[in-house]
Amino acid sequence: MRKLVTICALTAVLTAMPAIADTVKIGYMTTLSGGAGIIGKQMQNAVNLAMQHKGGKLGGMDAEIIYADDQRKPDIAKQLANRLLKSDRVDIVAGVIWSNLLMAIHKPVTRAGNLLISSNAGPSPIAGDQCHENFFSMSWQNDQTPEAMGKHMQDAGIKSVYLMAPNYQAGKDMLAGVKRYYKGNVVGEVYTKLGQSDFQAELSALRAVKPETTMIFQPGGMGINFVKQWKQAGMDQVSKLYTVFSVDGVSLPALKDSALGILGTQTWSPDLDNPINKKFVADYKAQFGGYPSFYAAQAYDTILAIDYAITKSGSKDTAKMRAALASGNIPTTRGNLKMNTNHFPIQNIYLRETVKDADGVVTTKVIGTVFNNHADSYAVNCKF
Amino acid sequence: MTLTLILEQIFNGLQAGVTLFLVAAGLTLILGIMDFVFLAHGAQVMIGAYAAAAITQATGNFFIGLGLAIPITFASGYLLELLIIRHLYRRDHMEQVLATFGLILFFNEAIRVGFGPAALYSDLPPALSGFVEILPETPYPAYRLGVISIGLICALAIHLFVSKTRIGAMVRAGANNPEMTAALGINIKILFRLIFATGACLAGVAGMMLGPLTSVQPGMGEPLLILSLVVIIIGGIGSVRGAFIAAIIVGLVDTLGRVFLPSILRLFFEQATADGAGPALASMLVYILMAVVLIFRPTGLFPAKG
Repeated sequence: MRKLVTICALTAVLTAMPAIADTVKIGYMTTLSGGAGIIGKQMQNAVNLAMQHKGGKLGGMDAEIIYADDQRKPDIAKQLANRLLKSDRVDIVAGVIWSNLLMAIHKPVTRAGNLLISSNAGPSPIAGDQCHENFFSMSWQNDQTPEAMGKHMQDAGIKSVYLMAPNYQAGKDMLAGVKRYYKGNVVGEVYTKLGQSDFQAELSALRAVKPETTMIFQPGGMGINFVKQWKQAGMDQVSKLYTVFSVDGVSLPALKDSALGILGTQTWSPDLDNPINKKFVADYKAQFGGYPSFYAAQAYDTILAIDYAITKSGSKDTAKMRAALASGNIPTTRGNLKMNTNHFPIQNIYLRETVKDADGVVTTKVIGTVFNNHADSYAVNCKF
Repeated sequence: MTLTLILEQIFNGLQAGVTLFLVAAGLTLILGIMDFVFLAHGAQVMIGAYAAAAITQATGNFFIGLGLAIPITFASGYLLELLIIRHLYRRDHMEQVLATFGLILFFNEAIRVGFGPAALYSDLPPALSGFVEILPETPYPAYRLGVISIGLICALAIHLFVSKTRIGAMVRAGANNPEMTAALGINIKILFRLIFATGACLAGVAGMMLGPLTSVQPGMGEPLLILSLVVIIIGGIGSVRGAFIAAIIVGLVDTLGRVFLPSILRLFFEQATADGAGPALASMLVYILMAVVLIFRPTGLFPAKG
């Protein structure tokens, strides 16, 4: 009896083989539960939209997306990566919002010979001395966006700045990025508690210092709290607020008018003028009601990149797809992306302002380009 | 570090303290009087904030939102006790922890299903979005002064209720000796249910007041739950007066520590050391305080049971 079952199973597997060969399987890991679930939801929406735009096929091959919810926990991410590789036998692992989670799955995935494509996180080790040829970023290296903020403040001749970020690695990296390009007077550098909800005490202290500008990195719910309280405390009269990764499509629906006028830097904006982005933003709004965030745009770009890699190489073989992606010229919502030697994009970084669109919905608008074709500063340390 | 800045920070600490008190007051009664370990108290904060934000959005009036959200949180607490909690009184503490932890997950997921995973929009009522000069050239948000006043009024009301009314006497009796109280012919079951619902309602009020200040999202009450557990341990489990004093102390220590500790450390250590250790130490401060209190007063500052 057991033998019969084995034979049946074997036949099933064998008959299924040709179909598998023509299907590219993508494990898409993001955070779908917990407080950050909204980010993962937007990314999932964007991936589904990209698949819809491509008619369910990537590079002419049938494509299957397997979503994995990492719960924002590195240990879970590692288990999921193993499951995706060994039991689901995916060709590509993609997604990942958080730097610490990407660090946890970077080696297991790349060393297994699979492509790993980040839709968001870009920690410096992976861009520098721990880089791997099977890794690609469809987002940015963490330092790039705050570097642009620092450059803008330097160019604008701002005399004094007060810096604030949560007390963890990414917070310190972000402020270091700002300081790499801003050479003026840093009058305060405050590290708040990760997950802090009330910033009134910090705002009172800030008011006493009266800096010309204040630069914050407060992602997710912390950004909503901070900006609300900033407005409520009348801080606009005291200092000008600059942000990175704090005012975006995820937080704006909760902030609405209180975010108007706030400046930030970003590699993407819903109003970027290119056909891919216009189609993406219009269809996203129509299907899911509301603007996509940069997380969603990068998730969409990740699928476009996979489509491009398979189309160009005509195969889902890791080495061939890798060569196609490394050559750059990947069509995305940010235009055709060039790739650096460490497989991070070389891209423009824009200054964005929060404004109301024609329908009165609060969104961001590009008001300037801080960096043209900006490369990250870690690529020199990367040798494959 | 001017005097006005210190005064302003004291106000900030006070506001954090009274909010904390509203959460801790219910929790200390539930833990102290009913001897029930209830971890889902943070969910009541979330329910209050969501109810107020949703109704405010629908009606366009913050005060209608507040007025309707109060009975909603009371009713949710009442129903929760009736449907689930009362079946758990006889179980041991570990099982209560497990069950009420499950309730946290249930409520967070229920809110996510009902309202979506995104944070809800909520802003200050226009009437309270101005500033009050607490000192010359020191504007303070009117809404936060409102929060402090409502918190203090609630604290006074709870104090009068517990110490001056007949039901309050039953509550105190229940805290001291529940069996004897029941033997005297007091319906302890109804008493428990009302205490539970009142506690839920107070936490809900904290949530309603926090809504316009912070992001209204699933799981928003959990950080408050941890701090309010610290408060009731410092204050003495079951003591409302202890909870009030401890909440104010914790609010002040947390706020003042966060702001002033890094600059104080800078007087004694090098800049880099102080900047590194300051934020880390500041976030530990209330827990250090709790440990110190536990060493010298293991039952808290104002233990309810003698």
